[in-house]
Amino acid sequence: MNALIARLVAKRLGIMLISLLVVAFAVFFATELLPGDVAQILLGQAATPEAVAGLRKSMHLDQPAFLRFLYWLGGLLTGDLGRSYANNREVADLIAGRLANSLELAFVTTLFSVPIALTLGITAAMFRGSTYDRLVLVFTVSVISIPEFMVATLAVMIFAVYLKWLPALSVASDVEGLGELLRIYAMPVITLSFVVSAQMIRMTRAAVIDTLDTAYVEMALLKGASRRRIVLRHALPNALGPIVNAMALSLSYLLGGVIIVETIFNYPGVAKLMVDAVSTRDLPLIQSCAMIFCVSYLLLILIADLVAIMANPRLRNQ
Amino acid sequence: MGNVVEIRDLHVSARTDSGRTVEIIKGVDLNVGAGEMVALIGESGSGKTTIALTLLGHTRTGCSIRKGSVRVAGRDVVAMSGAERRRLRGRQVAYVPQSAAAAFNPSQTIMDQVVEVAKIHQLMPMEEARQKAIGLFRALALPDPETIGLRYPHQVSGGQLQRLAAAMALIADPEVMVFDEPTTALDVTTQIEVLRAFKSVMRERGMAGVYVSHDLAVVAQIADRIVVLKGGEVQEEGATEQIVTAPKHGYTRALIDAFHPRPHEAAATERPGPETPVLEVTNLTAGYGAIGRDGRPEYLALKDVSFRLERGRSLGVIGESGSGKSTLARAIAGLLPPAIGQIRMDGVELGRRTKDRSKEDLRKLQIVFQLADTALNPNRSVGAILSRPLTFYHGTRGRECEAEVDRLLDMVRLPKALKHRLPPELSGGQKQRVNFARALAARPELILCDEITSALDTVVAAAILDLLDELQRELGLTYVFVSHDLSTVEAVCDRVLVMYQGEKVEEMPTSRMKSGAEHPYSKLLIASVPQLDTGWLDGLDRERASPGAEAGR
Repeated sequence: MNALIARLVAKRLGIMLISLLVVAFAVFFATELLPGDVAQILLGQAATPEAVAGLRKSMHLDQPAFLRFLYWLGGLLTGDLGRSYANNREVADLIAGRLANSLELAFVTTLFSVPIALTLGITAAMFRGSTYDRLVLVFTVSVISIPEFMVATLAVMIFAVYLKWLPALSVASDVEGLGELLRIYAMPVITLSFVVSAQMIRMTRAAVIDTLDTAYVEMALLKGASRRRIVLRHALPNALGPIVNAMALSLSYLLGGVIIVETIFNYPGVAKLMVDAVSTRDLPLIQSCAMIFCVSYLLLILIADLVAIMANPRLRNQ
Repeated sequence: MGNVVEIRDLHVSARTDSGRTVEIIKGVDLNVGAGEMVALIGESGSGKTTIALTLLGHTRTGCSIRKGSVRVAGRDVVAMSGAERRRLRGRQVAYVPQSAAAAFNPSQTIMDQVVEVAKIHQLMPMEEARQKAIGLFRALALPDPETIGLRYPHQVSGGQLQRLAAAMALIADPEVMVFDEPTTALDVTTQIEVLRAFKSVMRERGMAGVYVSHDLAVVAQIADRIVVLKGGEVQEEGATEQIVTAPKHGYTRALIDAFHPRPHEAAATERPGPETPVLEVTNLTAGYGAIGRDGRPEYLALKDVSFRLERGRSLGVIGESGSGKSTLARAIAGLLPPAIGQIRMDGVELGRRTKDRSKEDLRKLQIVFQLADTALNPNRSVGAILSRPLTFYHGTRGRECEAEVDRLLDMVRLPKALKHRLPPELSGGQKQRVNFARALAARPELILCDEITSALDTVVAAAILDLLDELQRELGLTYVFVSHDLSTVEAVCDRVLVMYQGEKVEEMPTSRMKSGAEHPYSKLLIASVPQLDTGWLDGLDRERASPGAEAGR
């Protein structure tokens, strides 16, 4: 059993590496396509052509793109993410603090949204067709259709501007006590939870309904099992695969896709860092951020697949 | 002795998708005495399962008990509250499902599911329940009774799962057992073992039971009394012996007639000269998985099969599931390219894959699949389905095509008006006729029929078989008829080829099938077909059938 899982993980890790390589290639050459010349931008319009040429040479910009790609890849493999073009600081240092912030926000949002999504999804499936189920469905559809900047702006207007309950900005640096922490995180977490949980609720509901229609669930019913037992012991374990996959997809959004929320609440996360990097044409920073998003996405999918395999005895012990 | 089950004037209604309410059970009365086994038989849609499920106070989605009473051990299930019904289920009335393979939860061990009833109703300590389950496994003649419960459902065979489902039902010593077509999904050789196990356990414990089935021969072995249902009403009721030997009602007679197929007569009486056979298969080997160094696939599904088939004849291919009979049909059709061997049609070698074959070769050889439901596009009208091969093979269009569609429908005895309908609006038998007409549209010489009557009710299937026979005479068609059901093969085929574990074990004329089989496996297979004789199962020599348990794995 363990050998099988080890082999599977090894295989998936191999595929992950290949996908990362492809993504690295795509990211590098996509950023190459950005218009403008970095040396020119850095030195300003008054710079002499000699100065620009000198800077280009020192930044290896005069070498062919493919060679620079290989340098960069080699750097990535040895843990050297390069130096920022904009302020000459180590990219790793720039990212480290921001990544911690982003992970913190993602973690709190996950803790908050996953149990709620699971509960709503499962209960909606249990009472399929009831008014409660319809309400949950209408709610999720509206949340999916309302853009997150709308939710975020409304939240700021209501809770920060009118009610003055919560701070409009979320700066996690000066936290004193749990209450303060909750106040700071409340609005971004609520906004993000709205965004990620809608999809999770729908997928959970669909997966559980699928298993509720099976013959083994009817069998459990005919054995006299209660509704609770049927759902928790018979339906849910078999619906786990699709549910965790839907969760992985939703949660992967929490790192790379939260730019709007980070901007509105002025939250210092990686997504905001990346957008700032684009405006300054800070290629090493953009590339590193993109790679981080890709790795986190692939890791989440890998974990989801592993959970799905562990939940299925047919795959678990062959 | 009083009745354990008393159903009085039961009406069950169902709501259709369009919101209409239809009555599917129209006033049924039923008694089951103590220790008695009553069979409910009828075609699909006759309401037999619906009635059986009401004993557990359960109706499937969209259905509800509208009127009447269902008394089990003196208490009316219809009047019970939800909690009372839950207490009844599994403890007083237990259910053995049609497909145990689907009714076992794939993510729990068998033991957990078998003792679950004891756990839900808190009948005994878990350890005691486990010991009891092991005892039941032993009584049901399951292999490794001590450890089989530790396995997961996918790790045991279908026949074993069916017996495990019976153990699951028996764990709480219920007063009534409900069997819902428990052997329909099994091979005949496995079916015997399962039936025998059920019968001995029920007899030993003196339990009352309701046995739902569409197979009269199976029911004749196990039931004391038979209730024949059609359209939600009781047609006839009587002791098993009386129903089988002296049926009164027309529908019952039709059921019994369908069981005795008219023996097939060869289409051409005088033997034509040494003509080239329509189909000649030599040393066909096919399988799945990586191709090894010797050119053989990793998992062989078909090993070195050869046969010849002359024009206007039909060859039956029989064997249990996994014997390679469907693989043979798929290999001949080019759907599964064979690794080794040749397929010749009219003396010309065919390409291994469909894409290597000419349009003319494709036209001459048509395949009809088992499930018309999945073989027919549900969103295209019957007319569109039939005109496609006409246009593709013959370039027929417009008015001419219309006329040809009408002719095809007429050939398969369907009204012309049906061409504007969609497949989901047709009955099972009608769908299978359309499926067959589509093959006819190509004007083929050879038709491969893969279990085409297996999903149909006995009476409907018999009509389809008659049709095949007639068409063969009229059009000079040649059939390869794959089936697990020996009586259907008997009805249409001249020769029979017996498959076992991918090999051809024997080939013989159909007329000699019952008496002249030589290979021990063919003998076992032929002997395992239930006979319409109440004493057949008890009279079977036990030893002769016991290798069936091995073969059924």
